[in-house]
Amino acid sequence: MRFWPGFELQVALRFLREGRMQTLLIIVGVAAGVAVVAYISALINGLQSNTLAKTLGAQAHITLRAPDDVVTPAALHAPGTTVATDTQPRAQRLRAVANWQALLPLLEALPGVAAVSPMVSGAGLALRGEATQSIVLMGVELDRYDHIVGLRSKVVAGTASLAPGEAIIGRELAADLGVRVGDRFTVRTGTVGEPLRVTALVDLGVKDLNRRTVIVPLRAGQSLLALPGGATHLELAVHDVWAAQALAAQLRQQYPARVESWQETNAQLVSALHAQSVSTTIIRAVVLVVVVLGIASVLVVSVVQKSREIGILRAMGATRGQVQRVFLLQGAVVGAVGSALGVALAVVLVWAFTTFVRGSDGQPLFFITLPPATGLRVALLATVCGVLAALAPARRAAAMDPAQAIRL
Amino acid sequence: MDTSGALIELQALRKSYNLGQPNEAEVLHGLDLRVRRGEFIALMGPSGSGKSTLLNILGLLERMTSGDYWLQGELVRGLSDADLTLLRRRALGFVFQFHHLLPAFTALENVTLPALMGEGRVSPVQREKARGLLAALGLAAAMDKRPSELSGGMQQRVAMARALVMDPPLVLADEPTGNLDTVSSAEVFALMRRIHAERGTAFVVVTHDPRLAARCDRLVELIDGRIARDEPIPASADFQ
Repeated sequence: MRFWPGFELQVALRFLREGRMQTLLIIVGVAAGVAVVAYISALINGLQSNTLAKTLGAQAHITLRAPDDVVTPAALHAPGTTVATDTQPRAQRLRAVANWQALLPLLEALPGVAAVSPMVSGAGLALRGEATQSIVLMGVELDRYDHIVGLRSKVVAGTASLAPGEAIIGRELAADLGVRVGDRFTVRTGTVGEPLRVTALVDLGVKDLNRRTVIVPLRAGQSLLALPGGATHLELAVHDVWAAQALAAQLRQQYPARVESWQETNAQLVSALHAQSVSTTIIRAVVLVVVVLGIASVLVVSVVQKSREIGILRAMGATRGQVQRVFLLQGAVVGAVGSALGVALAVVLVWAFTTFVRGSDGQPLFFITLPPATGLRVALLATVCGVLAALAPARRAAAMDPAQAIRL
Repeated sequence: MDTSGALIELQALRKSYNLGQPNEAEVLHGLDLRVRRGEFIALMGPSGSGKSTLLNILGLLERMTSGDYWLQGELVRGLSDADLTLLRRRALGFVFQFHHLLPAFTALENVTLPALMGEGRVSPVQREKARGLLAALGLAAAMDKRPSELSGGMQQRVAMARALVMDPPLVLADEPTGNLDTVSSAEVFALMRRIHAERGTAFVVVTHDPRLAARCDRLVELIDGRIARDEPIPASADFQ
């Protein structure tokens, strides 16, 4: 028994070499297909992770807040009576998450949770001189909050620091108020007002957020929003962003709180990403089918052209299995060589994209790479496709009647 | 049935095409034939007499419809396709009239193909043997040439070398000189006789040429699917 397919490989390679133009064309075809698949994979990966990074850069993966106030029915009504009620929904006030200090370590200990940050958040006004801007006031512990949104990395001026009496504000808000790092301004909520010193300006990636964000120490936030000791939100970051929804569902069952994952907050984005993924999968599948059909058609022709040779090989003692493997190997070789060229071409395309396609500001639109693993996977897939494409022609070649094949 | 000493033992061989269909046709009507080791047989007969069919059946390229066939003492009926292939590889060499060689391989590679087929690689010993065989057939200069660069006679000699390289006890040749001019034809035939004399390889040669047939040891003539004549050829007929 022998294991090395030296005979099959040699005959397969010679047959391919003999087919020159035919072989060249199909390899170029496979290369083009593989390049498209690999490039689209890289592009969509880059696009999606860029979009996700931008979206999740300024928000928590999971937010946990106190349940809404609801109106409890005035009275139980007696059985058999029908009561018409018209209940006006209650105006919602800021409420603290019940017992959040005890909840914090529990949430932190959950598997998959990377960080938890308490936050007190509400509306307010930022005042300086004649300027008045409505703002979203966020009281946080800087170190914890930094783990959620990477605040320190978003600082564009100054140094992030939240000692009592200090604040970090968005870049556009600073421009509106005319403050620079070190300047003071006043925050007012309801009737309370407090002067704050700006330690840093941040760019959260969205102008509207930059125009409204004022981040203060947790205690300052609590006193400004009249929730002493309270936290309106607990924000969670998780290791795997796509696991957020499942974790949120789990938390919803465990705690009497409103839990929202980023997927629910950004449902439209998620469905857009999903649609995109489905479309690219379809495109990739169609391209691969075309590749398979291309290889198959070339090999079918080759089997017919090589009938005589197949007959001679069979007469010389080649088994049906050997003949079949000769053609399977041709498919594999075409797939593998085409893949190698295709992946190389995709690398060039990716390079061209990152080099030449720029946004209006002259910066690359977003960064895309072709991870070696993706390249390898696509190449492997194309090679398997090559073998699959060769299946029918190979069977046909193996089934050929040698006596008839020689007579042709 | 004693089949010892016989390379081929054929009993009541029948072959029909399109079996069970309205156009069913029997082309071989019960042949008995015995080929002993080292025989040199000419198989003659008019076109359509069933020579090629008989040769294909002897070569295990086609199956018979009924009858019994022992090749090297092994009963062929009941063997699987894979077993037939292995038996063919072991016991038989083929030389065809046309399309003898694989055009993508050089002369030497064509001759080493049977070894490559069996082992997955060509050992130095086998390569040397193939070289020696080609040299003995006067092809020392043509080893690395493609078939398209060789004359018809040379191609046929390469095919001969390929048929012989695995030392089969029997070579089946289907009009091996039918496509050659008189000179090449005589050359190739002389070569077969030489191999026969040197190695004791048995030959069954299909031919239309009575002059070549006359130089064989035994003549089997097929007419209309029956053996019409089966007789030794006297040595005196062997003119040179």
